[in-house]
Amino acid sequence: MPPPRAVPTRPALSSRTLYRLHRLLEPNGLYRFVARVVERHAWLRRPFTRTEESVKRKVFGCRMCGQCALPVTGYACPMTCPKQLRNGPCGGVLPDGGCEVYPGERCVWLIAVERAEAGGHAGDLERLHRPIDQRQWGESSWINYWQGRDDGLWTEPGGRATPVDLGLPVLVTGKGDRER
Amino acid sequence: MIVSGSGLVEALRAGRFVVTAELGPPRGADTDVVRKKGRALRGWVDAVNITDNQGGFVRLSSLAGSLVLLDEGVDPVMQLTARDRNRIALQSDLVSAAALGVRNVLLLSGDHPSYGDHPDAKPVFDLDSTQMVWTARNLRDHGQLLSGRSLDPPPDLHIGAVENPFAPPVGFRARRLAKKVRAGAEYVQTQLVFDVGAFAGWMAEVRDLGLHERAHIIAGIGPIVSPQALEHMRTKVPGVHVPDAVATRLLRAGTEGFTEEALRVCAESIHRIRAIEGVSGIHLMAFGREHLIPEIVDRSGLDRSRFDMNACGSRERSADAG
Repeated sequence: MPPPRAVPTRPALSSRTLYRLHRLLEPNGLYRFVARVVERHAWLRRPFTRTEESVKRKVFGCRMCGQCALPVTGYACPMTCPKQLRNGPCGGVLPDGGCEVYPGERCVWLIAVERAEAGGHAGDLERLHRPIDQRQWGESSWINYWQGRDDGLWTEPGGRATPVDLGLPVLVTGKGDRER
Repeated sequence: MIVSGSGLVEALRAGRFVVTAELGPPRGADTDVVRKKGRALRGWVDAVNITDNQGGFVRLSSLAGSLVLLDEGVDPVMQLTARDRNRIALQSDLVSAAALGVRNVLLLSGDHPSYGDHPDAKPVFDLDSTQMVWTARNLRDHGQLLSGRSLDPPPDLHIGAVENPFAPPVGFRARRLAKKVRAGAEYVQTQLVFDVGAFAGWMAEVRDLGLHERAHIIAGIGPIVSPQALEHMRTKVPGVHVPDAVATRLLRAGTEGFTEEALRVCAESIHRIRAIEGVSGIHLMAFGREHLIPEIVDRSGLDRSRFDMNACGSRERSADAG
């Protein structure tokens, strides 16, 4: 089944609540173990993934890309952008902050910037997001996150986009950056 | 074909105040229009952008248009959007362009198909504009595809990006550009500037981040040639901001004097933009009225002797712009 239409969505919970909640969900030995077990058994994986989907759809308008960017976007989901831009708003944002495709909806990146800055996480907005793996649609991002597969999704704030670590699989070469 | 000293790379490297122009390819299987318009612009600009199915309307491709320009001795800037191609097609197009001698590429997300003549098309957006820039730099500097496979020889690309200083969130626009520059953008063409004051404010932020030292900032300029065009620009073109003062001034000129006033506004804007620290040039967008571009260059007082490829070397002057 194709994912639902991408329509900019304002999260149902405050960023403060979500930044707090995140601390409880950070990967640890227990979560890693749970994720491994759940992933291995389809009879566990399916209901787990469905639960994740229904919760995240309600709160974030989640479309199940399987590679969650929420922790570094003020918990506003960039995949609800009709262009699915992971690195910031497009140039077509309307003067009133509306989305160029859905003028009645506020640009989700505007929401993201406001929430990240208000929550003291402005540095997150400087991270470069790598292209996503389109095979992960419909998969549980929690399982991916707890097993550390999301670690390479974005760079450190202000980090340069080198060495070659852009694609999937992640590759590292010894070559230096070409300086201007 | 490219006369030494006439290309965009060379002009930027020499520190000249550059002029680029936009050319929209035709809807039809004929290169004559591009050829004629390109020829008319030769000698007036450093490079000419060929748009990529602009606004989501099917046209001759930007690669085809760029090749025609090369043939006419005009340095092309091939625009490439993420709207219609996945990462396989994008990388292939970048490599193909470089292999055929098209060095300047301008990488952008592109307008959503819902605006074009095929609103029923699948919007691709496999990569976003920043990721495209990053990908292009990896191709060039590391000879590597996104898959990790190597590429031999790597494409020699001059990587460009765009920014709209006027779209919300205005306070984040310079930082967003910083991401593109970190990813590898070497030059940046901006959305049309009608509010020079606001543009100057954005440039101050760009300078604070030091971006003008790592990438060349080229300001978008264009004439609004009729009351209809003004209306269209204000309501139909995403991301274009025409301040009331400019609109009122144009409307006051009446239908007869409208184009004349529009050209005057352009010349004045260029004059003011040249005085802003860190601006490397202007990008002229005339939306089908490319014949107005020489007129705008002429009126803006830019020394165009360097563009004149028929001129002998002695007429080549350095750094014409202050």
